[in-house]
Amino acid sequence: MKQALYVGIAGAIGAICRIGIGQLLEGSTDFPIKTLSVNLLGTFILCLLSAGVIHRLTTDERLQTSITTGFLGSFTTFSAFSMETVSLFQNGQLVLSILYFSSSIIGGLVVGIIGLRIGNRMVSV
Amino acid sequence: MTAAEAVVIGLGGFVGAVLRYFISTKMNKENRLPMGTLAVNLMGSFLIGLIFGLELPKLWTVFLASGVMGALTTFSTLLKELLQLWRSGHRREALLYSMWTFGFGAVLAYAGFTIGQLS
Repeated sequence: MKQALYVGIAGAIGAICRIGIGQLLEGSTDFPIKTLSVNLLGTFILCLLSAGVIHRLTTDERLQTSITTGFLGSFTTFSAFSMETVSLFQNGQLVLSILYFSSSIIGGLVVGIIGLRIGNRMVSV
Repeated sequence: MTAAEAVVIGLGGFVGAVLRYFISTKMNKENRLPMGTLAVNLMGSFLIGLIFGLELPKLWTVFLASGVMGALTTFSTLLKELLQLWRSGHRREALLYSMWTFGFGAVLAYAGFTIGQLS
C-alpha cells in the first residue's frame, strides 16, 4: 500500500515535468514535438536504468519502483501519442500523422536499444 | 502552465500512476504479453479521445487528459517491455504486443473522440 503512495507521488511529479518540459519546446509547428521528446527521453532513461544502472543508484526497491513505474511511467505518455496521431489525420495532415506515428515507434526502439547498451556498459565496468 | 494547472496535473498524475501501478502489478506476467500495460494504454487512448470529444472546460481537460490519462498510460514502459520480450527470445509476443498496442491505440482514440462529439 505504501508503495502505491510513493508511485503516486512520483507519478504526480512525472506528469508535471512532462507538461513543464513540453512548454519549453513550444513552437509554431503542428508536429507534436513535445510528446515525441518526452517519450523518447523517458524511454532512453528507463532502458538505461533497467539495464541495471538503477541498482547502482539505490538499493531501496521502493524508491526504484517509484522512479521507474512512478516518475518515468508518468513522464511519458501513450494516450497523447494516440490522440495526436488521430488529430493530425483528422486535420488532413496525413503525411505528418504517419511521420509522427513511425518516428515515435522507430525512435523509441532506437533510443531504447542505445539506453540498454550504455546501461550494460555502465554496470560492467 | 498556470499554478492551478500544475496542481490539477499533479493530482491527475497521482491518480493515473496509482491506477496503472495496481493494474500492471495484477496483470503483467514475466515473459508474456504485458496485459496490464496493454490494458491501461488502450483504455487511456479511448478515454483521452472521449475527453477531447466532449469538449469539457479547460481545467477539466487538463486534469483528465494531461494528468490522469497522461500518467495512466505510458510509453517508456511499453518500449522497455517490447525490447525485453524481443531480446529474451519472445519474438512472437513482442510482435503481437506491438500490433495490439500501436494498431488499436489510434483507432480507440478516434472511436472515443467520435462518441464524445455525438453526446
